[in-house]
Amino acid sequence: MTGARDTHEAKPQTGRRLQLEECESFLVHEARLLDEGRFDEWLTLFTQDARYWVPSEPDQADPFDTVSLMYDDRRLLETRVRRLSSPRIYSQEPRSRTSRMIGNISIEDDDGAASMLVRSKFVLIEFRRNEQRLFGGTCFHRLIVDEGAIRIALKQVNLVNCDAPLDGLVVPF
Amino acid sequence: MLDKVGEDVISLVRPGVVHRRLYDDAAIFELELERIFGSAWIYVGHESQVKEPGDYFCTQLGRKPIVIVRGADRKLHALHNQCAHRGAMVVALDKGNTDEFQCCYHGWTYHLDGRLKAVPLQHGYPADFSTKNPAMSMNSVPRVSSYRGFIFVNQSAEGDDLDSWLGYMTTSLDDMVDRAPEGEIEVAGGVFKHVYNGNWKIYLENLCDAAHPWFTHRSSIDAAQKQNDEVHSDGAGEIAIRQMRQNGAPYSFWESQVGIWTYPNGHSYLGDYHDDKKLVAALNDPVFRDYIAAMEDKKGKKETQRIIEIRRWNSIVYPNLSFMSGFQQLRVIHPLAVDRTLVCTYSFKLRGAPPEMFHNTIRFANIVNGTGSLVLTDDLEIYNRIGLGISSEGAEWLQIGRGYLSDVAGEHGGRRGKNSTSEVYIRNMFDAWLHYMARAASPSPRPQQEPILA
Repeated sequence: MTGARDTHEAKPQTGRRLQLEECESFLVHEARLLDEGRFDEWLTLFTQDARYWVPSEPDQADPFDTVSLMYDDRRLLETRVRRLSSPRIYSQEPRSRTSRMIGNISIEDDDGAASMLVRSKFVLIEFRRNEQRLFGGTCFHRLIVDEGAIRIALKQVNLVNCDAPLDGLVVPF
Repeated sequence: MLDKVGEDVISLVRPGVVHRRLYDDAAIFELELERIFGSAWIYVGHESQVKEPGDYFCTQLGRKPIVIVRGADRKLHALHNQCAHRGAMVVALDKGNTDEFQCCYHGWTYHLDGRLKAVPLQHGYPADFSTKNPAMSMNSVPRVSSYRGFIFVNQSAEGDDLDSWLGYMTTSLDDMVDRAPEGEIEVAGGVFKHVYNGNWKIYLENLCDAAHPWFTHRSSIDAAQKQNDEVHSDGAGEIAIRQMRQNGAPYSFWESQVGIWTYPNGHSYLGDYHDDKKLVAALNDPVFRDYIAAMEDKKGKKETQRIIEIRRWNSIVYPNLSFMSGFQQLRVIHPLAVDRTLVCTYSFKLRGAPPEMFHNTIRFANIVNGTGSLVLTDDLEIYNRIGLGISSEGAEWLQIGRGYLSDVAGEHGGRRGKNSTSEVYIRNMFDAWLHYMARAASPSPRPQQEPILA
């Protein structure tokens, strides 16, 4: 087990407000899982009714009336992650390498014990087949504490270039 | 009479094969822009995007930026987005509403139909300068026409009118509109914009390809087949996973259930694909029952039945339009360079249908046309790999001969594959391609025939 994993499993108590440092450690841990391709472990960070959303427009109101670069309920997120480990995922042949930086973390609201909304900024470099792409934007994590562990109920990724012409997006943000 | 390049390109299409240069030669690409995109009807948008006078949107015709605008007289105009003065692009936003167009460089101002309205410092120009001079305007594309709201433009003043050029494909556009209980559809729900490093023709050639899902989409098929359906879904996963599983239908299904039909001018459709029990024939779904009720209320039971039973998966109007009439999806192909292509995809809302129907349309769009889709990303990988592979001189001739000797004559001037895995629709597009590229001889489309004999 890695140090990052240990950090993540600092086990906040149910009903206790998360401190900013705990949120930060959690987000850094999540980014590390993604960069290291540990998608199965990444999936375990989400709640059983979680949603993962990358809007296609700036200020997009919802994922129902407008298309999204990615919009997964828990069922589709599981399939997305399962596909990532397929030996026949041609769009990951060769695999992407990614590097994520996270910062400017703030707690936007919290309704006491139940959940809190954490806002962060990120920069993501993706390299694949001789080409490097740069993504950046704002993330919102709706976090809850479930049986002592932090879980993501909603992850929303607002890309700066969400409405740009783009080649395929395969590795999750 | 053919020029040298014309004769050259004709030699690159043979029975059942095409030369790789058609996808890799920049000189041929330039000729395509001039001869195909310069004389075919090119889809640019839908009238719901320009409902009121002054409504406009920007797009491109080949590489040329154009603006489509509804004039004060409510007529549609297609203008080159270029100032007559120094050539600057005049309209900078993707869409909007305006009384006039004004260039930000020296303030030349244009009417909505492109005529020059006013010029600052007019006294400084030569004595014969006049704002009334037609050459001093944002130039119009020679022809603009729409069929049931679908707007096409033509850079050539001559040739078939839109309806006769579309031919039997009008029935696919009819299907798109007829599914609206109140008989009108509108562009809604945003747009996906994909780019890939490959030729524009590759995209069209994949859209009706029934032989590729089993391989190309294997990763998403496998992942979807293993998915536990008890896991929470708000509808997104349900629709996406069903579509992915459908892609895993065995070859026997594609060869017995699905059909491919082609028509003059390069048009075609793949039909009798799955009827999708949620989206287009969901008789047990409460939302769909409400939809059927709305349809029967407006159109009657018999007409509703006729419409619902049409099962066209994907239609191609050559050279730049593809749409899924039963699923309210439409794709526009923009060739940017010989090895660079942009595709924009749109969703349509059916007027008079329950709102939840449109949510399902969006869910379907995300999986079928989404930039981050578990399915489309493998198609994009294929386009990029063709782009990478095709520059090699290893293989000169590429195969488009599947089903070549088993195609059969169809109705309405077309021919169809014996079954859906025939590449007849690719050969049909190359018939049109040859016609446009060697068009010096005749202004009307060549009759359908088996691939050109060298």
